[in-house]
Amino acid sequence: METAFTPFASLADGLLIGLGAVLLMLGLGRIFGATGILSGAIFVENREEMTRHLALFLGMILAPGLIFAVTGAMPALAVPVSTAMISIGGVIVGLGASLGSGCTSGHGVCCLSRLSVRSLVTVPTFMVTAAITVYLILHVIGG
Amino acid sequence: MKHLFALLAGLVFGTGIAISGKMDPAKVPSFFDIAGTWDPSLMLVMSAALVVTFFGYRLVWRRSKPLFEQRFQVPSSKLIGGLALFGVGWGIAGFCTGAAIPALGTGGFFIRRLIHPTPEPATT
Repeated sequence: METAFTPFASLADGLLIGLGAVLLMLGLGRIFGATGILSGAIFVENREEMTRHLALFLGMILAPGLIFAVTGAMPALAVPVSTAMISIGGVIVGLGASLGSGCTSGHGVCCLSRLSVRSLVTVPTFMVTAAITVYLILHVIGG
Repeated sequence: MKHLFALLAGLVFGTGIAISGKMDPAKVPSFFDIAGTWDPSLMLVMSAALVVTFFGYRLVWRRSKPLFEQRFQVPSSKLIGGLALFGVGWGIAGFCTGAAIPALGTGGFFIRRLIHPTPEPATT
């Protein structure tokens, strides 16, 4: 599967992602973890927690709309895998992120920046299993 | 005000995800497909984000507490096995949670999939 290398857009992406995470730490003193936000917006711990998660969730979901309002074009989204694979993968992502209490945003971006020993182990772990899975799908099973 | 700030943080984060790259599930297999056509975009996204959080967090932590809360709360993770599993799912679906939420906001894809449940070729 070939996609174009987009260095400048990717750098801008990363800067904004990091800035969003820093803003949350500055204002509310929390790690920006997408899985926690999603589950926290659905499963009510208390009103205060849920409102915070819903606000974060709403902000994230409004982002493509903001880009559309500014540029006049919706961000491109090509989904090269089947609905079945998205569903299966989605369940595994949710399960894994819950068991590991974090995902790419929480562990990969927030905790890794603290250079915690844990995240120095966890991040390469899911990077490697993702790479092996992609290798198996593309080159062993065939895409 | 506090929740408005959370909304803003979500919006900035989501915009970063949505501009390019990370939200697009085609980019994820491309990044991990080192044996095939490797596209390092995702690495740049993560590196840039890490540089910002690395310095940004340290600046923020000079304060005794956050703007709207009494203290900073930094959790610790539990199971490495869970994250290994997470990677497998990420490799299969091409979506991680952070990318899937802003993707919901584009609306179109999920509706198209309901009508025509077939994969689309990568356009980027």
